[in-house]
Amino acid sequence: MCRLIAITSDEPQSPMLAIQALDVMREGHDGSGVGLYFGDLGGPFEELDGAPILSGIFSNQGLKRLDRFMMDVGFMTKYKTSIKIPKNPPPGVPKRDVYLIRAYEYPEDWEGLSESEIQRRLLMIRLQLRQMGEEAEDMIVYSFWPDVIMIKEIGDPMTVAEYLQLDRKELQARVMLAQGRQNTNYAINLYACHPFFIQGVATMTNGENTAFIPIREFLTSRGFSGYMGYQSDSEVFTHILHFTLYQLGLGIEMYKHVITPLQDDDLADHPNGAFLKQLKHTCRRMIIDGPNCVMGCLPDNTLFMVQDRKKLRPGVVGGKPGLYAISSEMCGLDAAIPDRDKSKDFQPMHLDTAIIRPDRQEVEICRQTESLPLPH
Amino acid sequence: MSTNGVITPSTLSPKDLPWQIQWQKDKCTLCGSCTAVCPVHAIDLGVHRQRLVQTPMGLETEPSNVYQVYYGIRQKTDPAYACVGCGMCSMVCPNDCIVVHRSDEADKLRYHINRGGQPRRRGGRRNVPLGILDQIKFTRISMLTDPALDAGRHEFELRTLLGRILPPEENLRILSEQGWIPPVREIYPLMIGSMSFGALSPNMWEGLQMGVAYLNEELGMPVRMCTGEGGCPPRLLRSRFLKYTILQIASGYFGWDEIIHALPEMKEDPCAVEIKYGQGAKPGDGGLLMWYKVNDLIAAIRGVPPGVSLPSPPTHQTKYSIEESVAKMIQSMYMAWGFRVPVYPKISGTSTALAVLNNLTRNPYAGALCIDGEDGGTGAAYNVSMNHMGYPIASNIRDCYLNLVKVGMQNEIPIIAAGGVGKQGNLAANAAALIMLGASAVQIGKYIMQAAAGCIGSESDRCNVCNIGLCPKGITSQDPRLYRRLDPEQVAERTVDVFLSFDTELRKILAPLGRSTSLPIGMSDAIGINDKAAADRLDISFVV
Repeated sequence: MCRLIAITSDEPQSPMLAIQALDVMREGHDGSGVGLYFGDLGGPFEELDGAPILSGIFSNQGLKRLDRFMMDVGFMTKYKTSIKIPKNPPPGVPKRDVYLIRAYEYPEDWEGLSESEIQRRLLMIRLQLRQMGEEAEDMIVYSFWPDVIMIKEIGDPMTVAEYLQLDRKELQARVMLAQGRQNTNYAINLYACHPFFIQGVATMTNGENTAFIPIREFLTSRGFSGYMGYQSDSEVFTHILHFTLYQLGLGIEMYKHVITPLQDDDLADHPNGAFLKQLKHTCRRMIIDGPNCVMGCLPDNTLFMVQDRKKLRPGVVGGKPGLYAISSEMCGLDAAIPDRDKSKDFQPMHLDTAIIRPDRQEVEICRQTESLPLPH
Repeated sequence: MSTNGVITPSTLSPKDLPWQIQWQKDKCTLCGSCTAVCPVHAIDLGVHRQRLVQTPMGLETEPSNVYQVYYGIRQKTDPAYACVGCGMCSMVCPNDCIVVHRSDEADKLRYHINRGGQPRRRGGRRNVPLGILDQIKFTRISMLTDPALDAGRHEFELRTLLGRILPPEENLRILSEQGWIPPVREIYPLMIGSMSFGALSPNMWEGLQMGVAYLNEELGMPVRMCTGEGGCPPRLLRSRFLKYTILQIASGYFGWDEIIHALPEMKEDPCAVEIKYGQGAKPGDGGLLMWYKVNDLIAAIRGVPPGVSLPSPPTHQTKYSIEESVAKMIQSMYMAWGFRVPVYPKISGTSTALAVLNNLTRNPYAGALCIDGEDGGTGAAYNVSMNHMGYPIASNIRDCYLNLVKVGMQNEIPIIAAGGVGKQGNLAANAAALIMLGASAVQIGKYIMQAAAGCIGSESDRCNVCNIGLCPKGITSQDPRLYRRLDPEQVAERTVDVFLSFDTELRKILAPLGRSTSLPIGMSDAIGINDKAAADRLDISFVV
């Protein structure tokens, strides 16, 4: 099992808060990798006014190719943070040339484009860069999106964090997702490392999705370029959420109804049973299976956690107004927010979605059997 | 053979027949049960002449002969009366003195079973016992990284959908506009396939219907049964049980006059309508009910005169093209029930299945596609069609599923697999394999006859006389003297047994694979086969 922590805070927090929580939970991960997502950024990136930020790992050669490519498209560097790394990486961490976090000015000819068109183009550029990088093995691209930074690297989370000196003002963020990886099925590949990201939607998972192949087949046959990759069976959770939000126009409350719909008796008693039955039928190909606990973040910085139908993976949410965390272990939550009211900690069960809205005032528990807001 | 006997080309010895009857004189009571029960009159009471040599002691009296007669069983060797191996004689013998053995070499009967220029017709399946489905193993076992589930105690959602499923975006859009969404039924993935009232005896049909009703109403298992081409008994049409029934319309349209007239009086909609365009046992050939079985009752339900053979045309008379006529036929059937009942075609396994499927994907009304593979059974067909025509179900289903994946419509048109499911008795394993290859549901026919009613037909060409109405178990006979052997209540009980045990076995397969929230349609990563060519063909893993 992997170890996961998601934190949302009114005040920008250092990435070390999450890293320390992962370190406390170290019994559950083997140090094979760490994945970090930062959103609702503090520090200098907060001032960038919607400029897309590119995150990834580049070789020197790859960086040159990146510059050439971005210039051709018309992107100008607006701000960058440079991570100066020691000459020799610690044991278990591969040697890289550049960990890139760079914000760009939009090309002039993008002016006047609709928001959805801009989002589409940002996605396409990320995919293009990923493809270029895979061909020459000189770039790994995690995200290209406003107000989002991602870092993933092989190695023990604390070692990597110290090596990359993550405790810096530029990386402070109000929303953080962090995963300490327990390598199971797949060779260590950074694209298999959680969290997964697509157009503002990020999720990470503790578990194993036994329905992976049919769901992958469904997503890849949608004709949507972003539904690709799948080096990990958990990436489909991110894409199903993206599909639910973007293609179906449904809210996070409906996510669980898509991935683990209610059974007949519950549907018959549900106030929105007729609608949910339709949803269950039409979204059947996205029903997940296996033990899974999914945590993630929405484009509006809402944080959430859902368990699958069987609840075989741990997960707890707790905190105080202004600072909440979702963790795969109680000790991780303790490390992140020690001074909370622990009696209000909540461990979502097989019907629950725990949601922390961007105002960070409370943990909202949405039970699947409750009535729901219909699609707008 | 007497000295002036004639040896004709078709004169055979018992050794030339596929089945030899062995009878023990010392145990036989001459009760006559075996000769009475034999459906094909392969045995009769024989008067045997016996010579006894009497050799008295000493030399005074010369040894002499005595000729005696004794009575016993004689196996006929006339091809018209050749033993079919059903073994009913053994079953009724009070002293276990008669038994049937399979010949140890290929029979010679096969060359002579076309008297009068009439090729052999029979019931049953393709006479090839083995199949690829039994070679498929379930290899993706959940171990430690994702704990296996408990087949007995976890909840399992073993349901499938029958009917056209819209893509999620479209479904929600139409829902918000309050438009028409195709009817979809949530059913059990194991269906009883089309066996007509006529092909089956009234007792068998009634037993199956009762079993299905019990499964639905008492056990909450939404099992469905298809009528086949023989129409539907009028009382069933007007009962609440109609909702567990799939009405089939085939090229003979038998029974549809009755169905159409019952429409205004129906309390419930049928589960679905199946349009039969083909059948796995006799691909490209129409249904066949031979005259032996067309009695007054069957004739009345089908709307035909009694005592005539009923060969349905190979295709629907109105069929001109799939784009036009088939689409129209599907729509007409929808219209008959106010667009509330899913309608889907059934075809025989064929290398042209993809062409059919591709057309159906463009027909927004097609509710599913049922494909009946080469191992499908039948009540009557030409032997040559059964043994040599058709397409294996596994690769046909797989091709169709992968093709749907390519166009992004997997499970929007559910694919129903039929033909040889459970042929070796491994029903749950075969069904699960087909589901993981891409089938949304499977249909059984022969299996339920074997398991629920004791059909003794086999792929070693045993019995297989369903076509002439002489079924020794009363399953496919229309003769009350035969079908009263079958108690409908017991058929119903056995039907329930079959589905309950199937359900447990299916869970025992799915639980170790870590699947319980939905039926694992297309979960091809879970299966493997120890045949490289088959693995490549089916796009599953090769395991040795």
